Amino acid sequence: MFHAGRPEEAANQALIAHPPYQAPLAGDRTMPSGAVFQDIPVSASIFPRTALRLDAISKAFGSHTVLDEISLNVPKGQIHGIIGKSGAGKTTLIRIAGLLDKPDRGSVFFEGINAPVHELRGQELLEARRKVGFIFQSFNLFASRTAGENIAFPLEAAGWPSAKIRARVQELLDLVGLADKADRPSSRLSGGEKQRVAIARALANHPSILLSDEATSALDPETTRSVLDLIRNLRDMLGLTVVMVTHQMEVVRRICDSVSVIASGSIVEEGLVSEIFAHPRSAAAKAFLKEGQHE
Amino acid sequence: MNEALSLLAKPLGETLLMIAASTLIAGILGGLVGIFLFALSNDRFAGKHRGARFAKRLADRAINMLRSFPYIILMVLVLPLSRLIVGTSLGTLAAIVPLSVAAIPFLARIVESALSEVDSGVIDAAISCAASKTRILFAILIPEALPSLVSGLTLTMISLLGYSAMAGVIGGGGLGDLAIRYGYQRFRGDVMAVAVVTIIILVELIQFSGTAIARSIRAKR
Repeated sequence: MFHAGRPEEAANQALIAHPPYQAPLAGDRTMPSGAVFQDIPVSASIFPRTALRLDAISKAFGSHTVLDEISLNVPKGQIHGIIGKSGAGKTTLIRIAGLLDKPDRGSVFFEGINAPVHELRGQELLEARRKVGFIFQSFNLFASRTAGENIAFPLEAAGWPSAKIRARVQELLDLVGLADKADRPSSRLSGGEKQRVAIARALANHPSILLSDEATSALDPETTRSVLDLIRNLRDMLGLTVVMVTHQMEVVRRICDSVSVIASGSIVEEGLVSEIFAHPRSAAAKAFLKEGQHE
Repeated sequence: MNEALSLLAKPLGETLLMIAASTLIAGILGGLVGIFLFALSNDRFAGKHRGARFAKRLADRAINMLRSFPYIILMVLVLPLSRLIVGTSLGTLAAIVPLSVAAIPFLARIVESALSEVDSGVIDAAISCAASKTRILFAILIPEALPSLVSGLTLTMISLLGYSAMAGVIGGGGLGDLAIRYGYQRFRGDVMAVAVVTIIILVELIQFSGTAIARSIRAKR
């Protein structure tokens, strides 16, 4: 099995050293279809490959600007945190990255797809969605299905034959430590079990990216830690790239390699978790660290 | 009393036939219309398209209009339609047509609201599972909404039972017709009582089964 391991220190440094990518035509918003992911001017020998790239994403609801030209590069294998207060725009950002919402302006790129994924349609859009798993604060399991049937759904949608689905579901249940809960109705699982099923469901189609929108916010501290550790182990085992939106400093401290601090629709600070903890520069980062001390 | 009971068999059969047939027809057509209404108004489906919003407004008007007609008027208005579909405008079969026409918009609204009640987070999850809209609708939304759909269908059947009492006007027979013709017009209190008690029992049976089915679905979750 492919084993990514933790990114090297050099790779982490690269994340900071590497300036946000500016597409040649980023200014006029009409990116030609010829713009490909490989255009990223990053030498693979020096920098890690980027798994997920957000390019000058803007989004407004009515007259309220939620995201203001946010750009983000997440290197392959990294666990990247996005921390911010509620209303800072972080949920909107990750929903756009997960192809659940469309940006007003800007582009989303996934590794291995030679087109801005947010512009894809039909079968191509479904294929892009199989590259990314999404987990939610409220788990969003299907109440009409058992744990196993929840995990089977993305495989049914991908047209797998039922024998293969059964084997894959069991494999995923083993992976998240719920091997004996396949036939349990999803509403009769505990919060932590529900999120484990949701993680298994998100990983069913072998995505390379896992996006988490406050996945541990509804869980007690102990369950939060076990779910976070699971996510880190899965990253190590499967070479996943993970983006975790959170308002809990605990999440960033426990599993993130790097972090973006987001405040009123912009990234105000970004870098290695260790550096931001040691030398926070922005007021938002300082506020989070202060809050974290009371935990 | 025995005579009253012996009068019961045929109207009971007619009522059951009318309810069963119109529930089946309205279940299929009203269900489809309801799914359509939901898809037109939900942002996750077609709701963001201007054309869909326009179509939804038109459909809303048509459904509200159809639901505004007093049933007895509707029955007369669809006489030509009955003649077209079953070849006659009189009798039990002919009475099924207006019953279905009345039930379709009613059930469509019930299906629309049951589907709309499904948590939008669940739809997000289904979308992120890379499923097509059709698959999300049939493999997730309808199963998720099933208890509400069953309750709604129960409600529809009981309304139909009420409407079917008026089928006598076009010679459709049924229990309501029995109660009016014998009980009211011929002062046969015993026949009236038998007919009304039978209708009450039918309502109870439908409600009991509907509630039991909905409860057993919920209990398995």
